[in-house]
Amino acid sequence: MGDPAPAIEVRGLRKAYGEVEAVRGIDLRVARGEVFALLGPNGAGKTTTVEILEGHRQRSGGDASVLGHDPGRNERALRQRVGIVLQQTGVDGYLTVREVVQMVAGYYPNPRDTDEVLALTGLSDQADRRVRKLSGGQKRRVDLAVALAGDPEVLFLDEPTTGFDPSARRQAWETVRGLAALGKTVFLTTHFMDEAQALADRVAIIADGRIVATRTPDELIGSGSAATRIRFRLPPSVEVPERFGAHRVASAWELETDTPTQSLHALTGWSLETATDLVDLEVTRPSLEDVYLQLTAEEAAE
Amino acid sequence: MNDLALAVRQIGYENRAFWRNPPAAFFTFVFPLLFMVIFNLLFGAEAAAFFTPAIIVFGVVTATYTNLAMTVTIARDDGILKRIRGTPLPGWAYLAGRIGHAVLIAFLLTVIVAAFGALVYEIDVPWSALPAVLLVLAVSAAAFSALGLALSGFIPNSDAAPAVVNATVLPVLFISNVFIQMENAPPWLDTVSHLLPVRHFADAMMALYASGSDASLPWTELGVIALWGVIGVVAALRFFSWEPRR
Repeated sequence: MGDPAPAIEVRGLRKAYGEVEAVRGIDLRVARGEVFALLGPNGAGKTTTVEILEGHRQRSGGDASVLGHDPGRNERALRQRVGIVLQQTGVDGYLTVREVVQMVAGYYPNPRDTDEVLALTGLSDQADRRVRKLSGGQKRRVDLAVALAGDPEVLFLDEPTTGFDPSARRQAWETVRGLAALGKTVFLTTHFMDEAQALADRVAIIADGRIVATRTPDELIGSGSAATRIRFRLPPSVEVPERFGAHRVASAWELETDTPTQSLHALTGWSLETATDLVDLEVTRPSLEDVYLQLTAEEAAE
Repeated sequence: MNDLALAVRQIGYENRAFWRNPPAAFFTFVFPLLFMVIFNLLFGAEAAAFFTPAIIVFGVVTATYTNLAMTVTIARDDGILKRIRGTPLPGWAYLAGRIGHAVLIAFLLTVIVAAFGALVYEIDVPWSALPAVLLVLAVSAAAFSALGLALSGFIPNSDAAPAVVNATVLPVLFISNVFIQMENAPPWLDTVSHLLPVRHFADAMMALYASGSDASLPWTELGVIALWGVIGVVAALRFFSWEPRR
């Protein structure tokens, strides 16, 4: 604690599979204790990036450092300090949940207490059941419990809630928040906007192997070029004056603005002056999803 | 915990998981006995002197080579190996756990087959040659374990594992004095069989069972088996994979 060095630092990271470049020079810096989300569509390079940081894949270029170690060297000293949840479950089904966690805890110099790990992952009631008898969501929690067994400083979660039902997702989110409260650094990948928004201190959006933006979720929404949208309907005979910059969308009118207060004031002023009712008036703030779609679309268009 | 203790502990977990699948465990041990009974019915009681050591060889090869090649490939495709690779447990300690458990099962099978042969067919256990028997068993179990791990590197996915493993082991068993005596085999086939490790394992066990205290250590056989073991280790180091293949 109090260490100014980042937990994870990546510069110009590249990974090529033959001719195909999956990761094309990305820079990342994750502070200790931060929850960092790498958000992007399938095939954007999320898993490749996280697996390079986990030491499961070798990078083709650039620098990477996790807790001051080069993950490409597969050092035990590093593996003792990180926990990994892969996309795929990988646990012997004939052992009980408690046995699996205890077995893995034994690999680490300073493991976390098994009962504590089970409580943290909501598995206390399943402790003595065999893993193969568990539901898909419970198995995924076993994955998380296994990653926590060694009391790691940094946790890598690769799409931790893919395939979950909504309540299982909420539970998983609570667990991740609990980890953050313990001061763990969490690096997660996801293609769910709401997940990044709900969990992450900072979000990096990755598209086509490049980082297109790295901000806090709020900054992303605020600073993106996606503007607030004002939408309303008018009688068919009425046209909106050109100065408002509104355009027809199906049977309605829409305008995008970076200064919603002024725009609304002007618009409602015009409405009162001309006695034209703005039917179904709606003001929507851009969601992270809008920003995300816009940023990833811009990247794809280049 | 030091690494050796971790490896031994890993054997314990493998063992626990093994016995929790009773049908699999049961047939692991009953399968060789079934072969022994059938062969003795087909070839007459005088064949028991041949089939007792032969089925021990069959059991050891199955428990190590066949078993490891299949279960390790399945564990690889299930992501279990990759998961282990991300922990501080050294890869060798994990594999030592798997091999250790396979060897344990191989020895248990040997005891069961030898006891069955002694009790049912009155084929004496070669107590006087016990050290030599144990040495042959140990070298063979180690060599066939290494070959099993090496083979898994050549199996593209777990669905293909049974077919690939059986295709490599069954023909060799048929030409290695295990299921069928090789005395009427064409000379070239006999030569081929002598290039492979199972034949030497079978001949060594046969000789030790036949001659008891007069038996000298079968150095040639041990040498060939050990050489195959080294080939297995080198191939495993080169081709073994921790990552699932798709």
